Amino acid sequence: MTDNEIINPELAQCEVHGITRSAFMLRGALAAGAFYGTASVAPFVSQALAAEESGDVGILNFALTLEYLEADFYNVKGKAVGLSGEARKYAREFGAEEAAHVTALSAAIKQLGGKPVAKPTFVFPATDEKSFLALASVLENTGVGAYNGAAPSLKSKAVLASAGSIVQIEARHAAAIDLLIGKSPTPNEGFDKPLMQSEVLTAVKPLIKA
Amino acid sequence: MPSPTRSDQATPEPADQATPQPAGIVERLVRDDVDRKRFLKMAGATGAASFGAFVLAACGSSSSSSSTKSAATATATTTSASSSSGDIAILNYALTLEYLESEFYSKVIAANLFTGKVGELLQKFGSQEDSHVTALKAAVSKLGGTPVEDPHGKFPIKSAPQVALLAYTVENLGAAAYLGQAAKIQSPEVLASALAIHSVEARHAATLGTLVKKSVTPQGAFATPAEMSTVLAAVKPFLG
Repeated sequence: MTDNEIINPELAQCEVHGITRSAFMLRGALAAGAFYGTASVAPFVSQALAAEESGDVGILNFALTLEYLEADFYNVKGKAVGLSGEARKYAREFGAEEAAHVTALSAAIKQLGGKPVAKPTFVFPATDEKSFLALASVLENTGVGAYNGAAPSLKSKAVLASAGSIVQIEARHAAAIDLLIGKSPTPNEGFDKPLMQSEVLTAVKPLIKA
Repeated sequence: MPSPTRSDQATPEPADQATPQPAGIVERLVRDDVDRKRFLKMAGATGAASFGAFVLAACGSSSSSSSTKSAATATATTTSASSSSGDIAILNYALTLEYLESEFYSKVIAANLFTGKVGELLQKFGSQEDSHVTALKAAVSKLGGTPVEDPHGKFPIKSAPQVALLAYTVENLGAAAYLGQAAKIQSPEVLASALAIHSVEARHAATLGTLVKKSVTPQGAFATPAEMSTVLAAVKPFLG
């Protein structure tokens, strides 16, 4: 280890800006709009506006979309690609865990008086075990950043605790997959980077067909 | 609603892990409708303690101007002195655990029990724990507190398998400890920082899980938080 790694904690470089929730969500949606064209993000913008009345529900629905994505990836695409050994074992375990996240988040949204978003149709650019695991790494690491980025905006402490118990699992998945494909299990070193919703959308939008 | 309960979620924790803990809150929610209603009542009550919306940005710049940092802290912590003292206590608790982890890894590395890839990973994890110590000390000072002293932990370092298993236990405990505090933190900035560390502890735990051929997700789909008292009791044998 070098002194530089120790002395320069990224933690100290994170700033918190006080802006309103709707501004945050709109900014994310608009940034994605600039990238993909306004039409494709219209549903996200209306979702952001709706979220003004129910912030936690909006965040949970965003998380739900990511969990749908991960669950389908392992449970549907994993089977279609045909995996072996450790990859097969992880896909089976992690797929069941992502499905449990979908169930839990849907239940939490309903209990908060919201309506769980419908499951989109996904398209995964994976054709074999190698490309499947590479995409798994991206999805899991994006999931960690997404939860870490959104969690501090949650108003309900109970929902926050639940989000924490899910993000820890995403981080474990990410590390296991990264180790399997010879990548560092800690790609952000000592401090995982929180992702803004716009950054998450940029990463996952190409996988959402409808 | 289909139950997410899977047979392998009931897998017992490693024997050397701390006392059995209650199931995760979400897991309980899904399984038990009564619990779910109680959860929502609680959620409604605590939801009032809102700290407003904000966004994290500007991470990763290499310069660290202290004036910018304290400005950010000032806006982020327009909370009462009492909530700030709560955060200081939580940060000092986390700092104690990070001191222990840091000391543990440095002793493991000094003992030269691991070579090659595994040795490199443990060295990396050790240096990441060191960076957590540095960051937490700075955060305590920034909030006007006094960082706790290094407890200089003592650890049994006997063999590679024994050390790997101990590391797995320690990292799982660390992850559970951060998770147990997340909802108690008042400052959004401190919370964001704790979350950034929490998921790294989880990555360490999973990595060590593969090393000792144990589950990378020993608690299934929902990680269980650990209370401060539980964690402090578990680490007591390591406190010099």
